[in-house]
Amino acid sequence: MASADIAITREITVDRALRGRRIDVAAIVFQTFLLLCLLTCLFFILILVATVLSDGWPVIQDRGTDFLTSDLSRFDEKAGVAQGIFGSLALAVLVVLVAFPLGIATSVYLEEYARDSWLTRLVRLNIRNLAGVPSVVYGLLGLAVFVQILGTNRGEGGGLTGGRTIIAGGLTLAVLVLPVVIITSSEAIRAVPQSLREGGYGVGATKWEVTRRLVLPNAFAGILTGTVLSLSRALGETAPLILVGAFYGTFFTTGDASVGDRLQTTYTALPMVVFQWSTDAKTEFNTELAAAAIIVLLAVTLFANLAAVLLRNRYEKKW
Amino acid sequence: MADVTAAPPPMIDLSGNRRRIVKERAIRIFFLTAGVSSLVISVAIVATLVGKSVEFLTHIDLADLWTQPHRWAPRVGKYDLATLFVGSLLVTAVAMLVATPLGLGAAIYLAEYARPRVRRILKPILEMLAGIPSIVLGFFAVQWLGPEIVQRVSSEADAFSLAAAGLGVGLLVTPLVASVSEDAMRAVPDSLREASYGLGARKITTVTRIVFPAAISGIVAALILAASRAIGETMIVALAAGSIGDANYTTDVFGVGTTITAAMAQLAVGTDKVAAGGGQGAGQAYNSLFFLGLLLFFVTLLLNLVGELFVRRVREKY
Repeated sequence: MASADIAITREITVDRALRGRRIDVAAIVFQTFLLLCLLTCLFFILILVATVLSDGWPVIQDRGTDFLTSDLSRFDEKAGVAQGIFGSLALAVLVVLVAFPLGIATSVYLEEYARDSWLTRLVRLNIRNLAGVPSVVYGLLGLAVFVQILGTNRGEGGGLTGGRTIIAGGLTLAVLVLPVVIITSSEAIRAVPQSLREGGYGVGATKWEVTRRLVLPNAFAGILTGTVLSLSRALGETAPLILVGAFYGTFFTTGDASVGDRLQTTYTALPMVVFQWSTDAKTEFNTELAAAAIIVLLAVTLFANLAAVLLRNRYEKKW
Repeated sequence: MADVTAAPPPMIDLSGNRRRIVKERAIRIFFLTAGVSSLVISVAIVATLVGKSVEFLTHIDLADLWTQPHRWAPRVGKYDLATLFVGSLLVTAVAMLVATPLGLGAAIYLAEYARPRVRRILKPILEMLAGIPSIVLGFFAVQWLGPEIVQRVSSEADAFSLAAAGLGVGLLVTPLVASVSEDAMRAVPDSLREASYGLGARKITTVTRIVFPAAISGIVAALILAASRAIGETMIVALAAGSIGDANYTTDVFGVGTTITAAMAQLAVGTDKVAAGGGQGAGQAYNSLFFLGLLLFFVTLLLNLVGELFVRRVREKY
């Protein structure tokens, strides 16, 4: 009898232990805490968007396209972001023209051509380190090289870049995003399966023919996504533009100068406009107009990010 | 049979089409040039920074780098480094206090708990946060983080403060902490987890006692890289920390202050005027920009190299 009782008790205990009936409070608290961390991030994003929209939307609603087509002004009811939009677009074009070809060529070199030598290792290490250099330091480089050395006369115009111009600013941003372009393009090229290259060599293609006809077309989606994302990062950069002398003040006139002339003179960009208005003493500027300019800036970067996602989905290949 | 071997085999030129070879070589050189161009950028950065820093240091009284009382006022020749270093340290500390729990918590959840479908929905939250330009976070720090969080935590906090800037920077680096440490935890092989479950460990035990320690190098790397990014962040501090050009020494996170980067941005606003200040004495404000840049460059470079070392350790282990 006694031994049977013990057997039954043991059976119940073992059964309970195996089923784990006990509510594991620690595990639930832990998992909830982890999820809360993520949701806190989401909470901050929502508050940020709400703050920006509640401050800035009335301006956009009242002014409509007038806000997008007006120049900077010292009067808050007349001030607009047209010059900022023009500047940001021109900077973006320069980044695309300079950083993309150079960056993609570098990644082709590193992934397809380079042998494992000390030089290759040095270049790789250097690129990883350049990616971690603070953007404000790139501003200093731009100031010393593109504004002063390539634009003669202590940045007062002339020379290759004309001193404190959009060209100098665009080159600075191009150098800034170059490491990111190289790193993302390299990853895309590395993802192309080796068998494809071997197939190319097997039918007698040279390295360049394999690269051009097989590797690059197949890495296209990845390269495009990476480069567009780096462009959206360049569009949001402010610190380097401050250093290379983008306009900071109440207003400047553009008049009906041609695009060519506007590349050679005073300029601003969307993030600079946000910075300038945020630091203004008047609430109309530092809250309402700044928030409205942020809406435009976020719309532009969001558009770039969206384009990247859509392009990736369109061209993505699964191996 | 003998005459078959006697006939010499016809000479076949295996060297290939000459034009193709030349073209191939030219293309190779083109790509090599592109590859090496990134080295030129590094050399240019170091050369400019060092050149102008030497000019700066030879033209000022070195005692101005450590003034009594401590005060950063470059336009009148007071280049006190203590003010800037302590400011940078405080902002980075606040940022890491925010980013470490948020980033690590998010990473553990995404790597260990989230099902693939949930992950696809939640992961973009971090990517969205990473995509917000820093100037926008600066505006947010001034308009919301300062008044709604910092001034509620401490009733004596200023409207602009190092703490508000630190919170903003913390949000900026949270995605970096999360993505690097998530990668590290995903690199931990499943065999370790299975062994743990095999011994009867619960999920929470497996995560905290097995996966976390196994991924610790990657997690340390994430924190170091985030600290490096936090030190280099400029615009959030320039907007939210409240100093405009000059700053007094402070150890109070709830007070107005400045950092190395914000001091540079504020000094550089209208670089034409700074540059016009000339080359001598107090006019060295322009060159002081490059000296600060050099300090910043080396501090972040050191942190990045150490971080890289830890990342590599994860890769080698698994």
